Amino acid sequence: MKSEGLRHAWKPKVDGIIRELGKTRNALLPCLEAVQQEAGCIPQEAITYLRETIEVPSVDIYGVITFYGMLTTEKQGKYVIRVCDSLPCYLNGSREIIEALEDELGMNGRDTTPDGMFTLERVACLGLCDKAPAMIINEEIHGDLNAEKVRGIIGMKKKEECGWKGYY
Amino acid sequence: MVALTINGEHVKVPGGTSIMDAAKEVHINIPHLCYLEGLEPYGACRVCVVEVEGERRLIPSCIREVSEGMKVHTHSARVRHARRMLIELLLANHPEDCFTCERNQKCELLKLAYEICVGDVRFEGEKPSFELDETSPSIIRDPNKCVLCGRCIRVCHDVQTVRVIGFANRGPETKVVTLLENGLGNVECTNCGQCIHVCPVGAIKERSCVDEVWTALEDPKKHVVVQEAPAIRAALGEELGLPVGTLVAGKMHAALKRLGFDVVFDTNFAADLTIMEEGNELVGRITGKIKKPLPQFTSCSPGWIKFMEHFYPELMENVSTCKSPQQMFGPLSKTYYAEKTGIDPEKVVSVSVMPCTAKKFEAQRAEMTDSGYQDVDYVLTTRELARMIKEAGIDFLTLPDEPAEPLMGMYTGAATIFGATGGVMEAALRTAYKLVTGRELESLDIKPVRGMDGVKTATVDVDGLEVKVAVAHGLGNARKLLNETKAGKSPYHFIEIMACPGGCVGGGGQPYGFDMAARAIRGEVLYKEDKELTLRRSHENPSIKKVYDDFLGKPLGKKSHKLLHTKYTKREMT
Repeated sequence: MKSEGLRHAWKPKVDGIIRELGKTRNALLPCLEAVQQEAGCIPQEAITYLRETIEVPSVDIYGVITFYGMLTTEKQGKYVIRVCDSLPCYLNGSREIIEALEDELGMNGRDTTPDGMFTLERVACLGLCDKAPAMIINEEIHGDLNAEKVRGIIGMKKKEECGWKGYY
Repeated sequence: MVALTINGEHVKVPGGTSIMDAAKEVHINIPHLCYLEGLEPYGACRVCVVEVEGERRLIPSCIREVSEGMKVHTHSARVRHARRMLIELLLANHPEDCFTCERNQKCELLKLAYEICVGDVRFEGEKPSFELDETSPSIIRDPNKCVLCGRCIRVCHDVQTVRVIGFANRGPETKVVTLLENGLGNVECTNCGQCIHVCPVGAIKERSCVDEVWTALEDPKKHVVVQEAPAIRAALGEELGLPVGTLVAGKMHAALKRLGFDVVFDTNFAADLTIMEEGNELVGRITGKIKKPLPQFTSCSPGWIKFMEHFYPELMENVSTCKSPQQMFGPLSKTYYAEKTGIDPEKVVSVSVMPCTAKKFEAQRAEMTDSGYQDVDYVLTTRELARMIKEAGIDFLTLPDEPAEPLMGMYTGAATIFGATGGVMEAALRTAYKLVTGRELESLDIKPVRGMDGVKTATVDVDGLEVKVAVAHGLGNARKLLNETKAGKSPYHFIEIMACPGGCVGGGGQPYGFDMAARAIRGEVLYKEDKELTLRRSHENPSIKKVYDDFLGKPLGKKSHKLLHTKYTKREMT
């Protein structure tokens, strides 16, 4: 498929990165990060565009996407909640945090809520061991969590959205 | 030179040599799994570890270069213990279906486990349950058996430059995948099957049609005809207990008759026919009678054709419109042969035996129905035929030599060399010379286009016209000639391209292995057969004269165009 990158918001950013770093593999990861940020996922058109411009085989691009937890080919929610599942957080009760989140968001085994608002991911260490158990929502850090605190945070987010998404 | 000791023996090797290669100097073959001669070393499996004095960790010998004064121990207790543990860990996750596995008796993992004396497996692993990739008409991948050695990825990327498989995920989730796990059938895989050859286990195999062929053979209402590619006769014996380099054309025909095929023909006949069509096409392009660009590319290798359709569609007009010998034979078996014998073409089942996995794809191409039916119904690989012969209990070694049925089975030396890289070129030149000059080419051996060099070139004097030719085998090698042509800088008139290293003798359906020396020997076998045949030019084949006189008319004529020529399709890149 010829890429239709022009229509996509990520394209100017990606082009800027390629101008700066050159048409090499070095530009691949920064480009993927930019696409993820702009589009909430890495669509196939972006893979095709990168294959054509920096000449990395599509399957290698896919390999990089699947290697990094922060990159995904699936459309993610407006809020991506990443809960640390590593040892210090686990010992401080990350299980309880995950259960509370699943319950509060009604995940039922899904990764993303049906309204496309929240995505829940378990990730390896976030570097927030001093605040264990911890999670980040998009780029916002939340530490020293317990189930009650988690319900409060999610409640706030839902409230922020209620104007146009019909929460509450 | 670098001096070191290996197991106490002094050895001197050039700088840059790996410990594994240096060890060969002291008669040690270090056990290995992900390393494979002919591919870049990768250092993933750690089976080839050795102990180097003064270093805390064990060292993978395939990627570590020797250094001055190094003291290496290749099978100390620590090394042997580590290797056993590594294999045990691999076995802990490996399916335990060795009895029914495609690689039964040819599995490198099984062999290693035995050789390095794995007693029992102390670990209980997680047996994966991934879905099989069955999207390709040629190749099936079973990720459950994969040991993540990465050989298939290296051959696909580095040798063939097709680059459709790679690692995804990380850690214990790591897996060999295609883009978005869409499967080999939905990406630009050329079906060359070199990945099958390098896989140490049964994770990649051909899509077998042995059962379908047995069913056809047992159906009294069907009339089953068979053709065998040139390269089969140079390799089939290896699967049946004969040494590499044994020509088994006669035994092959005899075995096929005993399997129950109604008539045994030979693809070599169709190879001669290909030369008649392709030689005339070449002369037409050179003289300007055919308004198509030069260089003309050969079209017999279906892996190369699909590669071109994905990666170089701009060169489509340069590719000969001739079908491959398999696909010239197919429609003739359901028209010419059916007419001659009065058999209803509906009842004819056309089977081919090919050294090739891409031929399975080619037979299923939508345009390959010019007879009014699917021109070739089933494609067996060399390996599949060998298994049928074994299953039938045929004592191959004591079989007499028998000829193929002459009508579509008589062949010349020009046809038999199709199986080796450079062979099609040589065969075409023998006939093109006659077509242009009206005289026979005196010296038939065109040595510069023979052998295993990746790209070979030659200039042939055809009555003052210097015909420049080039030959490439392996798709990575082909790119050099293709890029030159794309840039408008190709000095050649005629270019032969074979997808597989070594040509068809190294095809994806041949006996397992990525051994270039064995492939070279198989090629020599075909050149030897050529030399020993009385007729060595395609246009001298009486059965070819007959098919034109009785049925086709003339080369590039109306009927030829309908049955023997084809067109190509630009294919998407994913």
